[in-house]
Amino acid sequence: MAASIQRSLQLRKSLFLRLVPQVVSVQRGYVASPAVEKFAKYGGRNTVTALTGDGVGPELLACVQKVFRFAGAPVVFEEVEVDANTSDSEYLNKALLSVGRNGVAIKGNIATNHDSSQVSMNVKLRTELDLFANVIRCKSLPGVSTRHGNIDMILIRENTEGEYTNLEHENVSGVIESLKIITEANSTKIAKYAFEYAKKYGRKKVTAVHKANIMKLGDGLFLNCCRNVSEDYPDIEFNDMIIDNASMQMVSRPQQFDVLVMPNLYGNILSNIATGLVGGSGVVGGVNIGEDYAVFEMGTRNTGMKLKGTNTANPTGLLLASCDMLDYLGHKKYGSLIREAVLNVLNEKRIHTPDLGGQSSTTDVIQAILDDIKPGTKA
Amino acid sequence: MAASMTSGVRSTTLLLQVLRRGIHQSVSKGVPTAAENVSEPAGRHVVTLVPGDGVGPEMMGSVQEIFKTAGVPVDFEEYFLSEVQSAQSADYETVLESFRKNGAGLKGIISSPHTFKGTELQTLNMKIRRDLDLYANVVLVKSLPGYITRHDNLDFVIIREQTEGEYTALEHESVPGVVESLKIITKAKSKRIAKFAFDYALRHNRNKVTAVHKANIMKLADGLFLKSCEEVAQYYPSIQFETMIIDNCCMQLVSNPHQFDVMVMPNLYGNIIDNLAAGLVGGAGVVPGESYSDDTAIFEQGARHSFATAVGKNIANPTAVLLAGCNMLRHLCLEYHANHIEEAVYKVIKDGKVRTHDMGGYATTAEFTTAIVNSL
Repeated sequence: MAASIQRSLQLRKSLFLRLVPQVVSVQRGYVASPAVEKFAKYGGRNTVTALTGDGVGPELLACVQKVFRFAGAPVVFEEVEVDANTSDSEYLNKALLSVGRNGVAIKGNIATNHDSSQVSMNVKLRTELDLFANVIRCKSLPGVSTRHGNIDMILIRENTEGEYTNLEHENVSGVIESLKIITEANSTKIAKYAFEYAKKYGRKKVTAVHKANIMKLGDGLFLNCCRNVSEDYPDIEFNDMIIDNASMQMVSRPQQFDVLVMPNLYGNILSNIATGLVGGSGVVGGVNIGEDYAVFEMGTRNTGMKLKGTNTANPTGLLLASCDMLDYLGHKKYGSLIREAVLNVLNEKRIHTPDLGGQSSTTDVIQAILDDIKPGTKA
Repeated sequence: MAASMTSGVRSTTLLLQVLRRGIHQSVSKGVPTAAENVSEPAGRHVVTLVPGDGVGPEMMGSVQEIFKTAGVPVDFEEYFLSEVQSAQSADYETVLESFRKNGAGLKGIISSPHTFKGTELQTLNMKIRRDLDLYANVVLVKSLPGYITRHDNLDFVIIREQTEGEYTALEHESVPGVVESLKIITKAKSKRIAKFAFDYALRHNRNKVTAVHKANIMKLADGLFLKSCEEVAQYYPSIQFETMIIDNCCMQLVSNPHQFDVMVMPNLYGNIIDNLAAGLVGGAGVVPGESYSDDTAIFEQGARHSFATAVGKNIANPTAVLLAGCNMLRHLCLEYHANHIEEAVYKVIKDGKVRTHDMGGYATTAEFTTAIVNSL
């Protein structure tokens, strides 16, 4: 056991040495800023990078493309294949450059091998493109029966530091140190983002989630940064909650939450709980956003390996994310056209895939959405 | 007789479309896969049409007739805009608003007087480009099958920056007898056009981008253009990037034009190269072009000549405008109709029986149009 860890650590060290000069230094040089300060938009038509991902990713992206075509949404997709097998830095560079050119991407999730020594591609994408905020909106859907109703919350998660720094080492054999990094700069940035978001969308309350009673310095810093930022927003209520309590509150009385802001790992866990509350990963869309780039994806990052090729995956989550993408690109008309159709099929027509207890296939849902869109495209 | 034939053709086309739809839908059952880039909204597209001066109106008539026969779901919003016949011209702002609203348009050439009458230095064409910020001009140089020129099998694209450079309309006489004409090159606009060129190459599966310049003489201005292109090129490792000086480029174009793929250049060089390249494949009558801003795309002839001497003679070649129209359909994601019409145009030219005067034939514009309608 210890030997295998030892081996994997050695492997990582050599990989790390090989990767660092290539990816970090060279890449940071130019991908950290976009090619030109604009989207790849010509004659009203945007190019968007489509990162295929694993599992049901490619299928769901194909669904999005199909719906876009029928809605007449002015988007061209530049497909870049990334999945668990393309962990080579060459593929990562390709993906990074493509996002650097287009500014916007939509992504199926990439599976990460648990026992391999490589850094997750998802994490690499986020850190290289400096996508510091992960935003998901969990809202109760009238057509989906769940234990709790009337939920509407925004989860904003710090995406680049905390526990996800990939700094782990064995200083003496049998003892592993895993470094969790919290910085004032990044904590202030995410807190500011959360409050700005609350202000922009007319939200009333921001809750900071932490574990400052145990990690007094690390999470303490995060909490302090949130407190400091909250003073600039007197109109928005601010409170904080410890992660364990927050998890309990989330499953017992989720209606109390409005906007939540949290460090990386807590965000990961709470996002999954919240998504589960409103109907599962098939119905929630999300975005990773930074100063220059935005990568849209499903709310929780599950690949759905088991559903692959069965035509049963729920396309709603990725479609909702794609509507947010259209809004972000300024094609609001198409964004709301598609969103209305998706929600209509889900809530009114109740054509559901098996994850929501329905009998319909992915294709059935898409067909219903297309039929719903059709009259709306008659301008 | 002719009318019944046309309607017969139309119903066949409709039937074909219905059949295609049916096939398309039956294929799309099963696990969804990414399909070709076709948009199929239920509604019709509205585009702006500015026929322009010279033979423009005749050409547009030919386009409209062919679009109608092919059952293209496009409606035109037509405005006559002219600088030389200002009395009949539509209100400039109205036309601009129409372009902005529709996001796509088909435009003939608006001629501009050579002499300065003491009012405005900017021509109407320049004003449209400036006001809509149509910064990128694309000219598609492609040999027509069956039409023999000195070089065959040419297929390259010229991309020209058209909002700055020599076309700034900043000219003044500082002391009598000395005129200064300002050429402006900015980093922002140079990078923007470079990115456009590379994105164009990527989207259309092309392999090489050549930046054309005169940085050996204008070390600062053209130097900046070149440097901007180099910076942007780093984002496109899959596309080969090279540079060429404008004078050498002209020589290479007439001696070995096959080496080029996508070319990107500042304003005036672009203008000259556009015309030179159009000459290589058959002249102004056969080369389509297009201009892009962030939000608008305008399709027109590649080499901008109004051909005013041919007005009313029914001899001008509508190929360029027709191909531009096809490209417009492609931009609107009406791939099927675009290919349909383009094939018909190519077929008529390849058959060689009906050709206009500039291609060595004796047919009139109307006869050529009818030939295309019949082969649809």
